[in-house]
Amino acid sequence: MAIILDHVSHIYEEGTSMETAALRDVNLVIPDGQFIGLIGHTGSGKSTLVQHLNGLMKPTSGNIYYNGEDIHEDGFDKKKLRSKVGLVFQYPEHQLFEIDVFKDVCFGPKNMGLEEKEIELRAYAALKQVGLADEYFYQSPFDLSGGQKRRVAIAGVLAMKPEVLILDEPTAGLDPKGRDEILDQIALLRKEAGITVVLVSHSMEDVAKYVDRIIVMNQGSVMYDDEPRKIFRHYKELEEVGLAAPQVTYIMQELRERGLDVNTDAITVEEARDGILKALAAKGRDIRKA
Amino acid sequence: MLRDITLGQYYQADSVIHRLDPRVKLAATVLFIVSLFIVDNFVGYIIAAIFLACMIKISGVPFRYMIKGMKSIVFLLVIAVVFNLFLTPGEAVLSVWKLKITKEGIRIAVMMAIRLVFLIIGSSLMTLTTTPNNLTDGMEKMMSPLKIFHVPVHEVAMMMSIALRFIPILLEETDKIMKAQIARGADFESGNLIKKAKAMVPLLVPLFISAFRRANDLAMAMEARCYRGGEHRTKMKPLVYHRRDRIGYLIIFAYMAVSVCFGRILKIPFLNI
Repeated sequence: MAIILDHVSHIYEEGTSMETAALRDVNLVIPDGQFIGLIGHTGSGKSTLVQHLNGLMKPTSGNIYYNGEDIHEDGFDKKKLRSKVGLVFQYPEHQLFEIDVFKDVCFGPKNMGLEEKEIELRAYAALKQVGLADEYFYQSPFDLSGGQKRRVAIAGVLAMKPEVLILDEPTAGLDPKGRDEILDQIALLRKEAGITVVLVSHSMEDVAKYVDRIIVMNQGSVMYDDEPRKIFRHYKELEEVGLAAPQVTYIMQELRERGLDVNTDAITVEEARDGILKALAAKGRDIRKA
Repeated sequence: MLRDITLGQYYQADSVIHRLDPRVKLAATVLFIVSLFIVDNFVGYIIAAIFLACMIKISGVPFRYMIKGMKSIVFLLVIAVVFNLFLTPGEAVLSVWKLKITKEGIRIAVMMAIRLVFLIIGSSLMTLTTTPNNLTDGMEKMMSPLKIFHVPVHEVAMMMSIALRFIPILLEETDKIMKAQIARGADFESGNLIKKAKAMVPLLVPLFISAFRRANDLAMAMEARCYRGGEHRTKMKPLVYHRRDRIGYLIIFAYMAVSVCFGRILKIPFLNI
């Protein structure tokens, strides 16, 4: 039960002077329940890649399988696929259109042809999941703040109860507080509902704390695909393609260079703090011994 | 899915036609269209076809791009042809029920089709080889004598260039919103007319909101840079005629002369269908 990409390539405007390869021979397996960070510089093909996962775009060559079925085969129910693989676009608040928040969230499940009662239950549950307070439910979505609008838009996809949730830069344009809130909410959601989550971002900092696995895209191909810790060891190569490891990685590397024996694999501030304290304690013991 | 619309689209290439002064291209396009309607026999259309083919060849724009623009007028083309075919009085060739196809009808229908197709190809050749900014610059300069009659030439040109600039932006936006709604299970294709119209609401509402937001942002950005209308405004790249532009004018006038001569005035007996 997984999404499999088999030699997927996508070329825009094939055969013209503007021909560009957005994806080059991408092979990936996205197993159930994993929390994946998809990282890449602007134009690295990450947005194109996620649009392939729910069949919005068709690869120019290669195949995509969902639970063992080729999604571009005749007779494959794409509408069902889209309810199973929920995609939240960049700036999803730009897709809101209904007169109130609750109705807008109902749009997805309604399109699935569910019963009225089920639709409302799902919409309510989804709005609760994204942490929107009840008082906003019957307000116009256009009166909400940026962060709240984004929650509503994410709820709109969650209400379809997807098995895989893909979020394309869900924190773009939010302030640090809004960003942390959204990311914490997603992490919690993933823990509670046990769904697969793919988080697209250009910032290592954002995803390092949460994900089990990071896929780094560069110029349409997969550059690295590994656990966060192992990825950040390549911080120099990452810099060359316009990305950066979390700031703590740099601090730890620098400390080690200056002679403090710290574990450079730390990826969060908390881990770094514990690591530095441990190293300092060890150093203190050595001094006392001497 | 919306990338097929070529209106106002520019095809990047390096050719003489791309480098021509936009005024030459505008004048040439207008003259070419006029010639299509002056000409009334097929010799004239053969000349127009040759002229057009040469221009396309020189421009370096793939022919497929010209055809793309045609998709939007297929409907109009069919109507024009059908009406002319059946409703022109004259010598009947074929009659079906109460309708009859006449010899004159066939002639006019074919002519109409050729005119429309050439007209679209000719004008898309201009828009494909001229950036929208250049185009409106050219228009502004050409219309500047109208200032005497208090026509706000600069403002009109500015509005046009903004409108043209917004076409690709809004198309992209439409594409994005459409995809986002499809991802939420929206269906824009199936169902009857009323259902289809209803399905447009989730697309149109966000599109309008985004258009207004963009318009607002643009107005703000222009004001922040102290933009203020046409009087005393200078250009960074003023339009100046070069040698190639003069040659361009010569060629288009030569074409005009040939086309009117052979297409209207001189009747070549054996070719005159």
